[in-house]
Amino acid sequence: MATDNPPATAEPADPADPLKGATRKGDRIFLGLSRGSGITLLAIMAAIAVFLTWRAALAISADEANFLTAFEWDANATPPRFGIAVLAFGTVVSSLIAMIVAVPVAVGIALFISHYAPRKLATPLGYVIDLLAAVPSIVYGLWGALFLVPHLSGLYEWLDDYLGWSGIFSYEGGAARSLFTAGILLAIMILPIITNVSREVFRQAPTMHEEAALALGATRWEVIRMSVLPFGRSGVISASMLGLGRALGETMAVATVLSPSFLIHASLLQPGGGTFAQNIAAGFKEAGATGRDALIASGLVLFVITLLVNGAARLIIARRKEYSGANA
Amino acid sequence: MAKRIDVSGLSAYYGSFRAIDDISMTVEPRSVTAFIGPSGCGKSTFLRTLNRMHEVTPGGRVEGKVMLDDEDLYGTGVDPVSVRRTIGMVFQRPNPFPTMSIYDNVAAGLRLNGDHKKSELDGIVEKSLRGANLWNEVKDRLNRPGSGLSGGQQQRLCIARAIAVEPQVLLMDEPCSALDPISTLAIEDLIGELTSRFTIVIVTHNMQQAARVSDRTAFFNLAEVGAPGKLVEIDDTERIFSNPSVQATEDYISGRFG
Amino acid sequence: MSQTVMADAAPVDASAPTASLHRPRLPRWAPLGLAAVAAALGTGIGLVAGLDSRIQWGLIAALLYVGLTAVLAGAVEGTRQAKDRLATSFIWVCFLLAVLPLASLIWETVARGVKVLDGYFLTHSMNGVITMEAGGGIYHALIGTLQQVGLATLIAAPVGLLTAIYLVEYGTGRLAKAVTFFVDVMTGIPSIVAGLFILSFWIIILDFGYSGFAGAMSLAILMMPIVVRSTEEMLKLVPNELREASLALGVPKWRTILKVVLPTAIGGITTGIMLAVARIAGESAPILLLVFGSASINGNPFEGAQSSLPYYVYEQWANGNEPSYDRAWAAALVLIAFVMILNLVARGIARWKAPKH
Repeated sequence: MATDNPPATAEPADPADPLKGATRKGDRIFLGLSRGSGITLLAIMAAIAVFLTWRAALAISADEANFLTAFEWDANATPPRFGIAVLAFGTVVSSLIAMIVAVPVAVGIALFISHYAPRKLATPLGYVIDLLAAVPSIVYGLWGALFLVPHLSGLYEWLDDYLGWSGIFSYEGGAARSLFTAGILLAIMILPIITNVSREVFRQAPTMHEEAALALGATRWEVIRMSVLPFGRSGVISASMLGLGRALGETMAVATVLSPSFLIHASLLQPGGGTFAQNIAAGFKEAGATGRDALIASGLVLFVITLLVNGAARLIIARRKEYSGANA
Repeated sequence: MAKRIDVSGLSAYYGSFRAIDDISMTVEPRSVTAFIGPSGCGKSTFLRTLNRMHEVTPGGRVEGKVMLDDEDLYGTGVDPVSVRRTIGMVFQRPNPFPTMSIYDNVAAGLRLNGDHKKSELDGIVEKSLRGANLWNEVKDRLNRPGSGLSGGQQQRLCIARAIAVEPQVLLMDEPCSALDPISTLAIEDLIGELTSRFTIVIVTHNMQQAARVSDRTAFFNLAEVGAPGKLVEIDDTERIFSNPSVQATEDYISGRFG
Repeated sequence: MSQTVMADAAPVDASAPTASLHRPRLPRWAPLGLAAVAAALGTGIGLVAGLDSRIQWGLIAALLYVGLTAVLAGAVEGTRQAKDRLATSFIWVCFLLAVLPLASLIWETVARGVKVLDGYFLTHSMNGVITMEAGGGIYHALIGTLQQVGLATLIAAPVGLLTAIYLVEYGTGRLAKAVTFFVDVMTGIPSIVAGLFILSFWIIILDFGYSGFAGAMSLAILMMPIVVRSTEEMLKLVPNELREASLALGVPKWRTILKVVLPTAIGGITTGIMLAVARIAGESAPILLLVFGSASINGNPFEGAQSSLPYYVYEQWANGNEPSYDRAWAAALVLIAFVMILNLVARGIARWKAPKH
């Protein structure tokens, strides 16, 4: 009996041992592959940063104007003169307009789907919004250029009549191909994205808190204000940032509805201006060697801005998570 | 302050499914009425018809009459918001608003009903928290989030929030089922104290609890799974637990089913 | 109010604000009626003031509706109800305001797109077609899109899948944290920046020419983080009990992942990859920089300029004449249909393969 024991453990171990070796090998290969993929991803990110910075540095050192403040883009001239002031202004303004228009409306639709619409309407509506979020931006661009622009001039005149005194909304006729139109089109484009994410969050608002508010004699709006909006706030912020990221980097939808120029107008309705992405798309085909590097430099700035926006979004969400006791 | 509830011929539906069928009963003012019965017998659904919370669930629908003294809760022109304001409710799981402080939780219902002076609010919040036997435990941290309290404290916070608006009736849907025995005892003591001011209806799975806290007990049952729940009988608690008039009640209470 | 007074109750009752449950309310048809009135007024004002844009009519009507509801409800039902009505009407208006442009987008694309969309359009290129004239098609662009998207998927799907496996099944240390962080960063890269990167690296520095493959590489960069994120979500949904059950049977970890974890999550993973494909199929900015565009058929993605559907739409729009606009709309319709079908199939797979509990 005493001698029985060692063989008993050895017996299954014996054939297992070579197997075990194979196992380890399989595990090692698999781990190597998956870790390698992760490292590849990091390498790509590093390469993006390195190559863009390198080309950008070449361009900026050749620049005879101030890269940050110059109101011109003659990167193909000798000597090259170009600056991103107009592009930065245009990018920020058009994205801001998009956010101001899209976020409240998107939150409204999200609430409509999650809390107001009859169920029979809500489910298909959710699907439709999902699908709209997938419509390619060039289609928005085409629609914007051929349908929205002609239909906006009436609104432009109207804004000019009533708000023209402010300077921001003065309009002197001509096609409505301004930063304002670009902002409206971007708003329409990011609307489905913001709506989708917000709707998901609102739907997850705990019923028990909604019932608590109801039982206190709250109206539907008060229920939403007391229990749904506080719960969904961080979700709405992250959704908006996602939308903002899209708006900042959008190329085609802006390129098709904007008549670019290297001037900053006080009036948002005046054609002209430009955005980083739009300028790259518009100037690429005519660009020579320095011209391309100059465009890459402006792309690097865009990259950094979107990074900052995304980072800010993540910080906000992380901070809200600590405070929210939703899962308590 | 406390009012009588008179229910007649009440049925409640989820879509086409009838959850409770033809219930009639009277709930006496300033007393505790307990609803007992096996799971799925519709006692919680019935409770939620008493402050028009049932119709909030998708497909929820009610037939019949619920008279609060001389007003029908389901009459034409009755505002469900006013109904819920008049008939408060405490839920199975404590549900203080997570983003609000303890103070704001208690004041939440009052703030809905218009502006109150700060001093007035302070007074009502203190009175309600005292009424819920919670004041001494939280008076130093009124501005901390309500979700930081223990489960039992959270439930008493919810009771304070419900009584702060001075409802006529207080409905409690298994208020102790998520709590430990000591917190349960605290809530049961509190229910005893609140009877002097409010009409209380409590749903409970715990028969000892019904026996301890209630003046009258209603037993609900269902013929089979999928059949609508019915009221079997309602009587003084003492009688229900000693000498019920229906055999099914006795079987349930003595633990032969359910 | 002391507690003893309350116990006596009777005197308090009169002061209670809810002595009655009844409250004057607007009739049930009020919102619809008001909407009709607002629409009529909006149209009337628009006609009288001679505003030629329907957008303005709609905006006036919407504002009137929100305002009228609030005022009327305030007068009849009180402030709280008025606020509730205001919120409700605002939310309805939001919904309508948003649905109209989006519906118009789909409607315009379909209505204008079907004009030249036929078999000929799908099977011919733009080779030798004068842009001012009708004719030509999208065959070259279809080939370009399929090849570029296919190559991008071949690059991005394995890398994304394996990265997600690494993060969920192995990753704990600093490397995993870094990868998670940079996947987030990568999600936010604008497509034009991805294009610029390949431009600087592949075309400027390595001196390769424009090609479908260059475009595919930039599309792969855009696709990778989407695949990683969606696969990660799906792998996390696989219950740990399954992994433990398999490991407890003595199955090595890599076989557990391949034979137990992946098959359980395969539906969701496929859906995620297909949605990512749909997303990159509509990208035109990197194509503009890297594939350059071409009017004729080029079946070799590794050599020479190609076209692609989204690029074709842009190019035809830029031509600026009616026959080109017609082609642009038709190509946009094909593109939308392609993306929608991918989406619907992906969702179908997700539903069909959803783990049943």
